[in-house]
Amino acid sequence: MKYTLDTKTVKEKTVCYHCGEPNLEVIAFDDKEFCCDGCKVVYELLKDNNLCTYYSLNNTPGNTKKSAYAGKFNYLDNDEIKSALVGFTDDKQSRITFYIPKMHCSSCIWLLENLHKLNPEIINSTVNFLKKEATITYNFQNIKLSALVEILADIGYEPLINLNDLENKKVAPSNKSRLIKIGIAGFCFGNIMMLSFPEYFTVGKDYDQHDLKVFFGILNVILSLPSFFYSASEFFVSAYKSIKNRYLNIDAPIAISLLVIFIRSIYEIATSTGSGYLDSLTGIVFFMLVGRLFQDKTYETLSFERDYKSYFPLAVTLIKDNKESSVSVSKLKRGDRIIIRNSEIIPVDSILVNESTHIDYSFVTGESKPVKKFKGELIYAGGKQLDGAIQLDTEKEVSQSYLTALWNNDHQSHKQNEESQEFILRINKYFVFTLLAIAVGAFLFWAAMGDSGRGMNALTAVLIIACPCALLLSATFTNGNMLRIFGRNKFYIKNASVIERLNDIDAIVFDKTGTITHGSSVSFVGNELSDEEYRLAISLASNSSHPLSRKICEKNIDDSKLPVTDFTEIKGQGISGLIDNKRVKMGSEYFVSGKKTDTVHASSKVYFSLNDNVFGFFSIDSFYRDGILPIANELKKEYTIKLLSGDNNSEKETLKQIFDSETDMYFNQQPEEKLEFIKSLQDKGHKVIMLGDGLNDAGALMQSNVGIAVSDDTNNFSPSCDAILDGSAFSKLKLFIDFAKSGRKVIIASFIVSLIYNVIGLSFAVQGTLSPIIAAILMPVSSISIVLLTTLSSSLIAKRKGL
Amino acid sequence: MSVLFILIGASITVALGFLIAFIWSVKSGQYDDDYTPAVRMLFDSEPSINKTKEEKITN
Repeated sequence: MKYTLDTKTVKEKTVCYHCGEPNLEVIAFDDKEFCCDGCKVVYELLKDNNLCTYYSLNNTPGNTKKSAYAGKFNYLDNDEIKSALVGFTDDKQSRITFYIPKMHCSSCIWLLENLHKLNPEIINSTVNFLKKEATITYNFQNIKLSALVEILADIGYEPLINLNDLENKKVAPSNKSRLIKIGIAGFCFGNIMMLSFPEYFTVGKDYDQHDLKVFFGILNVILSLPSFFYSASEFFVSAYKSIKNRYLNIDAPIAISLLVIFIRSIYEIATSTGSGYLDSLTGIVFFMLVGRLFQDKTYETLSFERDYKSYFPLAVTLIKDNKESSVSVSKLKRGDRIIIRNSEIIPVDSILVNESTHIDYSFVTGESKPVKKFKGELIYAGGKQLDGAIQLDTEKEVSQSYLTALWNNDHQSHKQNEESQEFILRINKYFVFTLLAIAVGAFLFWAAMGDSGRGMNALTAVLIIACPCALLLSATFTNGNMLRIFGRNKFYIKNASVIERLNDIDAIVFDKTGTITHGSSVSFVGNELSDEEYRLAISLASNSSHPLSRKICEKNIDDSKLPVTDFTEIKGQGISGLIDNKRVKMGSEYFVSGKKTDTVHASSKVYFSLNDNVFGFFSIDSFYRDGILPIANELKKEYTIKLLSGDNNSEKETLKQIFDSETDMYFNQQPEEKLEFIKSLQDKGHKVIMLGDGLNDAGALMQSNVGIAVSDDTNNFSPSCDAILDGSAFSKLKLFIDFAKSGRKVIIASFIVSLIYNVIGLSFAVQGTLSPIIAAILMPVSSISIVLLTTLSSSLIAKRKGL
Repeated sequence: MSVLFILIGASITVALGFLIAFIWSVKSGQYDDDYTPAVRMLFDSEPSINKTKEEKITN
């Protein structure tokens, strides 16, 4: 049998009944086939509890169960941690909300809402699929929190619990108050509009309808109060803040305009000199709030603000007086002795107590080769521990560790400054000053003509018309629509100001590992290996920490390893050892066979021989993302391209073919070097996009003008960033940037249209003859036409670009 | 024309009723999750083991 590890070329195409993964090793049970024992166990569990509907709702809905050691969740029974997590408790029940990233289909909803069938102590569970949250109510006297989480983990839905949850409970940005504000504004707008209609025509002009006019006037004032004081409050608050900080935001002229309209309307109604512009006022408020709701589309399951805390374990095992206990990571003090188990992350800078261990820092530095550490050496937080269980003495507190301190640097302020430079705000400045000039000019003109009453009219009318709501609407609706179009194409942007910033980009920096490469494949070329020979190779390779050995072992099941004796590893050449009295050698061609025939890509080939009989070689290829070649070609025409990698330069030649030989490439870059590199580019006047994937890029992502995290599974962790790009949409990168640029054109076009409306309105206003009916027609017509223009044209552009 | 006063009062009262209903629906969380309930209602409530037992008892 030909043995290959590449799942795409597995000969038997059967897939696991539970999780849909191809079966490498078929486990038959109950006429169904499973890929591993984990999946089979979940199936049995569900079958025993009469929960097989799970499989009838969707095909292969399950998640591969990751093995967890017993007691993994014991820390959840720590009172302090428990009370931070549990949302509500009375004398019998507790309610807790878990974030479960593995939730992906309707079967998941069904199973998670039927948890009470698995354990009677679970009272009920409710799923919010969009947020990937399950809220579970349970009898805390009869079931421990750790047992509850174990049940979830047993069926493949291990919740994600991290330090962030503990330190500050997620305050969900609530849409509720905004919805209520819009509801009230809409109610006021509709009713005032209805009551104002008679005014526009005849009512009130005859003497006997005077009562009716007064009645309408009073009702209008009453109806405008909630809209003005409650719904519009956010405009006043933000205007006040901006003026206090001595800069002009878009809300300031809007607030002034609203205030002028309101006072003049009240004045007109109170003195019976007119009917006011309350209909326009409430209309503006309503449309602007709807625009904001539209623009502030948020991706609830995605988090753009993750920091190191999301990566670190919640609790570690502390040893004190020969007793093990779980303690929250943030409570660790200097000198504590902790146990870190296999493939756990080290949460704090500490000193190794065991003889030696291997630490994988790929997570923080991007370097794929594990580092060997010996007793007494300092191990930085963030590394992944690879050898069994080790003991450590902590050196610092979590928040003071070397790497956490690096990420805590305040790069964010840099971006906030930039936001005030948004395009629309730059226009706004000129807009406001021009209008103030016109308003004052009109007043002075009429005052000089001896009609200061009319001058006052003109002044207020200009300010009413001048309300830059059309400008605001054109930006909010264009950006809102673009966020949606990007989202449909798997490019998730944090907020509208990121789209603005994409406009000015002139340099793009790529990270290598995980960004332009993803994963690798291992296949065997040469004489086919039998199962037994294959097992020998795995057993030998598992003794080596070389990245290639690790890749060969990666997908293998642990229990098939055989004991190796007389093991030797020669750096840069290979490994050999005795297994069952057979001499097994793996490594470079020269090391294994003594010949040197092959010089191309020698670095990714591992030859294999058994008793000096060369079988062939394992070929290990990095996968470059689909479409990397055309996208690199297109991008380098318009942008400065740089490449940063935390890894070594073994793939430099391949990379040169993808980009070109003039592209600057930097290897072995530390996280802070990446950050400094971005900073130096910016100092040269470049506006930089950084594309990265790991925590090692976190600083650079924050420093860059637009930090884009590339992720194959958007529900996975991604470092703090401005946008998340799904790996499958990588080839559309150029399209995305172009589209962001055309968005600005849409805003300018719609702004010109709104200027035309403004000119028409102003021509009435400066003459002091702006009647409420003209204002009432102009306002909604301009708003609605701008909303239509922006959304339709941005959608059209997207369609033409093929997004 | 005085009937207008009553009619307008009535219309605004009705409108207020809808506004209150809207505010109530927002506050009770109906807009928090607009996906899951739509899926949830499609699940058949299957006869569980316990229920069939109960039925036997009542029969």
